[in-house]
Amino acid sequence: MARITLDKLRHSYLREPTGPADYALKGLDVEWRDGGAYALLGPSGCGKSTLLNIISGLLTPSEGRILFDDQDVTGLPPDQRNIAQVFQFPVIYDTMSVRQNLAFPLKNRGVDQARIDRAVGEIAGMLGVEDLLDRRAAGLAPDDKQKISMGRGLVRDDVNVIMFDEPLTVIDPHLKFSLRSKLKELHQRIETTMIYVTHDQTEALTFADEVVVMQDGEVVQIGTPVELFERPGHTFVGHFIGSPGMNVLPAERAGTGVSFHGQPVQLDGAIRDGASGRLEIGVRPEFVTLADHGIDATVTKVSDVGRHKVVEARVGETRINAMTEGAVPPTGSAVQLAFRADRTRLYADGWLASGEGVR
Amino acid sequence: MKVENQKAWFFVLPVLVLVAFNALVPMMTVVNYSVQETFGNNQFFWQGLDWFEQILRSERFHAALGRQFLFTFLILIIQVPLGIVIALSMPRSGFWVPVCLVLMALPMLIPWNVVGAMWNIFALPKIGLLGYFLNDVVGINYDFTQDPLAAWFTIIAMDVWHWTSLVVLLAYAGLVSIPDAYYQAARIDGASSWAVFRHIQLPKMKNVLTIAILLRFMDSFNVYTEPFTLTGGGPGNSTTLLSIDLVKIALGQFDLGPAGAMSLIYFAITLLVSWLFYTLMTRNDT
Repeated sequence: MARITLDKLRHSYLREPTGPADYALKGLDVEWRDGGAYALLGPSGCGKSTLLNIISGLLTPSEGRILFDDQDVTGLPPDQRNIAQVFQFPVIYDTMSVRQNLAFPLKNRGVDQARIDRAVGEIAGMLGVEDLLDRRAAGLAPDDKQKISMGRGLVRDDVNVIMFDEPLTVIDPHLKFSLRSKLKELHQRIETTMIYVTHDQTEALTFADEVVVMQDGEVVQIGTPVELFERPGHTFVGHFIGSPGMNVLPAERAGTGVSFHGQPVQLDGAIRDGASGRLEIGVRPEFVTLADHGIDATVTKVSDVGRHKVVEARVGETRINAMTEGAVPPTGSAVQLAFRADRTRLYADGWLASGEGVR
Repeated sequence: MKVENQKAWFFVLPVLVLVAFNALVPMMTVVNYSVQETFGNNQFFWQGLDWFEQILRSERFHAALGRQFLFTFLILIIQVPLGIVIALSMPRSGFWVPVCLVLMALPMLIPWNVVGAMWNIFALPKIGLLGYFLNDVVGINYDFTQDPLAAWFTIIAMDVWHWTSLVVLLAYAGLVSIPDAYYQAARIDGASSWAVFRHIQLPKMKNVLTIAILLRFMDSFNVYTEPFTLTGGGPGNSTTLLSIDLVKIALGQFDLGPAGAMSLIYFAITLLVSWLFYTLMTRNDT
């Protein structure tokens, strides 16, 4: 188990990168606490798999260092880093039984048979695969196979970190939930640092204590699921997380405050000094209400998503989503929208620029 | 309600006709010869299973069959491991991949009798490069036209040169289909390169290798052109393989009856071994 520090990490797949566009990772400084459950969340191609491979040692970064506790492991190969990784597609050794699969990492490290048997039994119990131990691994269902590949990571008691690279991609939807809660339960029992890479916000938010949101090779925000939801540090986080995502509305400066479509909008706090560039107001659909005073809008669509309804309205060219549980106005009717002030934020060039403690 | 009719047979008909003319009809003429005796003039006399009995008891047949099995065994035991080793050492990506693939495919593109003629000249003592090298540079007394051991060495070397590529290409196809994640997982699990070969590469190559061995078995068991062009079955009968012996009986001695019986026995052995091997290799798959 270890604390993991990424120190000014940069990586390019090109031999001679010339500009920021050539970098898959553009300078990361992150510190992960020992025993934490972290998620790396971002769209495909944002650099999360690159980062994962750098931590596991399958890739050597172009610049910067990785530290496990205080040891610099940047140049070490994967087998000397004491890490475990679970891949997108379950990797199992076809010729072996489930038991042999689980024992494989220990056997390769010369652990004695009695300890292997004990560790394998324990892990099989945790994963609920005791009945499968003597079956050939090749014939298992995808979710059992993925459990076995997780098991090979968990069976070693000396791992610094276990990494999951979109491990639920090939799992049937109805099994995803149970496997996810199994993972959460395992983390609470063995308290190893875990890093979970995904582009699925539900997986990230349910698994992790803290989520690292990435875009284009950069970390845009690190925070707890609640923080990411309530106070997105970047418009990208706002609309990537949440369903539907945060409303991002073009804004103009009006005195000390801002206005949208000529109407003043109240924000959660003071605007950061020197906030300039492209100004936008961000407010989640959860905090937009249909009221009898506020911004004039026309209803264009209503969708029923079960527990609540999403009303899509139009103000000029801008679309705004609002969530409501009550009665909904018919399409085409004029409504007035109100934003909850303490959840309405200003963004300058994409970055959060209002409220307390902004950069 | 299900309407039943027999129209589907028309779709199968072209294939049936094709198979009939290129396999069934020629085969039936062989069956026809194998149970009769002829002295020419298109006169035939019923002989029953006598030819089969005679062939199966014949020492000449036993010797040729023994040589045939020895030849196939030797080339398989050399070509399969050699092919795997070459496939493993080929690059998986980059500029050299197509170069390697083309180089590997070249020997297989050469017509079989040309291969035989090439190796004949290549191996001739005093004249050929190999013959000259072995005799005058290394100092071994090597003459495949006189010495049975040298003749065997030459036909095996020729077949290895000609056909190892097939095993290489099939094994390589199996290797490149293994996702990177397997190698990465193995590195993380601390597996040695032997363990990677034993538990990842070999199992993933199993299916293509089965096909490779099957093809190499059938081709080498039925081989005729190359060894015949090279040694003509000699010196003496030392490299007279089953097919060469068969042609001698059928065309040299014009014994159509025994040759017909021998062909059928030959065919049955090839079929039986192929079936056994394939069944054994795939029995765990389902």
